This record gives sequence, structure tokens and C-alpha cells, in this order.
Amino acid sequence: MPNRLRRLLGTEFPVAIILAFALLPWVWMMLSSIRPDSELTHSPIALWPHQLTLIHHIELLRRTSFAQNLRDSLIVACGATSLGLALALPAAYAFSRFRFRGRNLLRTQFLVINMFPVVMLILPLFVLMRDLGLLDTYFALIAGHATFTLPFAIWLLTSYVDGIPQELDQAAMIDGATRMQAMLFVVLPLAMPGVVAVGIYLFITSWNEYLFALMMTGRNVRTVTVALQLFIGENQIQWGLLMAGGTLVALPATILFLFAQRRLVGGLTGGAVKG
Amino acid sequence: MLAPALAAAAVLVLLPVLDTLWLSLHDVILYRPRLRPFVGLSNYMHALSDPVFWESLGNSLLWVIGAVSLQFALGFAAALLLNRSFAWRGVARALVVVPWALPSVIIGLIWTWMLDFNLGVLNNIGVQLGILSHSVPWLAQPSTAMAGVILAVMWQGFPFFAVTLLAGLQAIPGELYEAAAIDGAGAWGKFRHITLPGLAGVIATALLLRMIWVANSLDLILVMTGGGPGTATQTLPLHAFLTAWSGGNYGHGSALAVLLTLLLLGVVVTYVWRSRRE
Repeated sequence: MPNRLRRLLGTEFPVAIILAFALLPWVWMMLSSIRPDSELTHSPIALWPHQLTLIHHIELLRRTSFAQNLRDSLIVACGATSLGLALALPAAYAFSRFRFRGRNLLRTQFLVINMFPVVMLILPLFVLMRDLGLLDTYFALIAGHATFTLPFAIWLLTSYVDGIPQELDQAAMIDGATRMQAMLFVVLPLAMPGVVAVGIYLFITSWNEYLFALMMTGRNVRTVTVALQLFIGENQIQWGLLMAGGTLVALPATILFLFAQRRLVGGLTGGAVKG
Repeated sequence: MLAPALAAAAVLVLLPVLDTLWLSLHDVILYRPRLRPFVGLSNYMHALSDPVFWESLGNSLLWVIGAVSLQFALGFAAALLLNRSFAWRGVARALVVVPWALPSVIIGLIWTWMLDFNLGVLNNIGVQLGILSHSVPWLAQPSTAMAGVILAVMWQGFPFFAVTLLAGLQAIPGELYEAAAIDGAGAWGKFRHITLPGLAGVIATALLLRMIWVANSLDLILVMTGGGPGTATQTLPLHAFLTAWSGGNYGHGSALAVLLTLLLLGVVVTYVWRSRRE
């Protein structure tokens, strides 16, 4: 019994406090999105809601451009995921299967790219896209997001492809398959769990991205993160609308992350743990 | 097979880096695209003689040290706790990562809302518990704005340390602890002589990675305070971004970006050197 009590006080109670810190801000956002304005504008704010309503969610989707913004974000995130995987898979396959001169240098270069300050990349990209007339297009955002996430996607996929025996590609090629066919029809299906995890990572990263989207988007293409931030600027802050938007944006990212978590976290932290 | 990825990286990453260097040596005002005269190092001279640069550098140091040390402390505590066994450990390990999944914009919104002077729930709780004597306009006054944004970034980043260090803890063989227990080591002795040395490599890599990330990140501050009030929360990358984006001065902004990169180079080189050594 003292053992049980010790575990309760020494472990479970502090874990509960840390979890509360991790989760309550999220819960508070969601809760704020379903309370009427009369409660949200009453200072000091009551901790417990007295009345629940979906008015903010309905107003957000009916009266503002938010539905359109959600669609733009979805298009960009899906595009960036497809393009990112299409670029990363062959590269990962090459890193895994071929030993060539400069291989290590290239892998290091992909690592270093990841560490350049974002400002260093986005300022000239803005000037470039502006000169090319590509501002405010899906293409600019998709290309940018796919490339920013490329180093990590390649790094993670390479470790998945490494786990698939080379003998399988060789057997397929003896049976008359080309390299490309071996990669697409033998390695790819086996690496599917890894591909899905990397795909989810690419999707979340693009869906969540703000700075590049802020610079690249205008009247035609505006993602949800940029749109939400713009709502703040409009005369008086409408917290109910903002929290409703925040909940709608955070929900898919959170669910996808929890879904892919075990595979992703292994990859996201693998580099640190190995080092 | 590498070619497409290399080409994409070259066009969208290496080219911009070189481009930034080029921009930083020219006088580039956005609404004057035809005229971009070469000005040598004058953008750099201008940046270094500007007191705002030094102020931003100081803010950056405060931001990186404050954010990384708090994230690390809380993440380390969480990892040690989550490594012990209790009934709902699996659920706890899964849920602790939730802040990590959210976009910076949403995190900024949530914390701005919770730290609000009139309607913020944290002020309300603080006053009710007697921790605060009155509501504090956290993000609206220079003396507390940095604390406010650091609190938000701590929330965003501690799961990274929790998960990374937890993976490191699980890699330490259990026999070491059993042997130490037989030799009569107490809890502190085990922590000091087994956990810390076993985790040192992971800690160093995680700290380096996070320092680079926090030093580069600017979206959370941009959303919460825009660098203000005044320049109270303006870090170096934010200064570079605002100079170019709001000020329209891309030459000057690029020079600031290059300076930031040079300052970070030491950390990046250490990280790459460590990761290539194995």
C-alpha cells in the first residue's frame, strides 16, 4: 500500500500536471470556440461555460472566406505531400542502394540545408517568385513547402528503404524488371508504412506553415494560417471566431500526428538519439 | 534518381542562399525593381552601427537561452517520469506530444488569448489564487512581453525534449541500474552515475538541434507581439524579416539574415561534426 501511494504521489500526480499543461491550452481553445460572445467578452472570464453554442463555427464558415481558405490549405498540403514524396522516394532509394562518390557529402549537405535560417531562404524566394510572376499561385506554395521538408523526408525514407533487403530488388531485376520497376513495385509496397508516415509529416508541415505562405499568398490563394492571422487585424478581435478557426485547423493536424506518432517520433528523434 | 531532389534543392535552397548574399551587397528596394545598385558592404556597416541590431541580438540571446533551458528542464522531467511504470503510461506518452503538432499561428493565438489583460484565463486564475495582485497586460508591456512569448515557446517545444530524452532513457540497459542497486547506490547516485552519462550524447544533440531551431524561428513572436511593444521581443531573424517585409528594404534585410547565419554557423558546424563522427 505505501508503494501504491508513493507511485501515485511521486509519479502519477506530476505526470498528470505535465499532461494538464500540455493539453489544457488546447482544450481552452476548443471550449472558447463553443461559448457565446456574452461569456467571452465578460471580464473576468468564467472558467466553466454556462451555455454552449456553434454560432462561431457557423458564422466562420458562412460569413467569412474561411471555407475557401480551408480548401486552399488542403490543395497546397496535398500538392506538397505528393511532390515531396515524388522527389524524396527516388533520392532515398539512391542513397540506400548505391555507393557513389560524394554520397556522404551530399547527405551532410541535405542536413546543413535544414539549418539555414528561414529568413535567409524566404527573402530571396519572394523576390524570385515576384520576378517570375508566380506570387499568389498554388505552385509557388507547393514547390516551397515540398522543398523545405525534403531533407527530413529523404533522411527518414532512407532509413526505411535500408530496412528492405537488397536481394528483393536484385531478384526482381533478374526476372527482367528495370531499376525503376524494382523500386516502384517491390520496394515501395514494402516501405508503405514509412511512406505513409513521411507523407503525414509533409502534410502537417505544409498545413501548419505560416511565414512562407504569408509572403507568397495574396487574394487568390490564402491558406488558413494566414487567414486566421489576418482576422486579428480586423477592427476588434473576435475571439470566438478566432478560436473556432483555430480548432478547425488544429484538429486535423492533431489527429494525424497522434495517428502517425509512433513511426514519426522514432524518426524525428532518431537523429538525436543516435548522435 | 537523385537528380530531381538535387535540382529542387538547388533551385529552392542553394540558389536563394547565394541570392541572399547577392542581395545583401546591393541596395534593393522592392518597389524599385529596375534599379539595384551594388553598394558593397554598406548594408552590413549600416546594420552593425544600428542600435536596433544590438538590441535584437540581446533579445535573441535571451529568447534562445530562456526558451531552450525551460523546454529542456520540463522535457527532461517529463521524460524521467514517463520512463517509470504506471497503468496509463501509454496514453500519457501519446498525449504529451500534442503541442508539437500545432501550427505556430494557432499556438500564438491560444497564448495571446490566455494572456489577455481583460479576458485572459491565466490572469483570472492568477488573481483568484492570489499569485497576482491584479491583472497583468503580459504581452502589452515591454517588461513582461518576452516572458509571455517564452512561455508559449516552452509549451510548443518541451514535447520534443520529452520524447527525445525518453527514447534515450529507454536505450540505457536496465542491468546497469540493477548492478548499481546491488552496490548500494541510491536514487541520486544512479541518476548521477548512470542516467546522466548514458544520456549525455542525446542531451547534447537535442540541445544543439533545438538551439538552432529556436534561434531561427520567428513566426510565434511575429504572431504574438510582432516584435513589440517597441522592440521588446524583436529577435534577430524577426528584425531581418521585418526590415525586408514591412520596410521593403531587401538589401538591408538580407545582410541581417547573413549575419544571423554567420552567428549560428558555430552551432551548426558542431552539430554536423557530431552527427558525421558516428
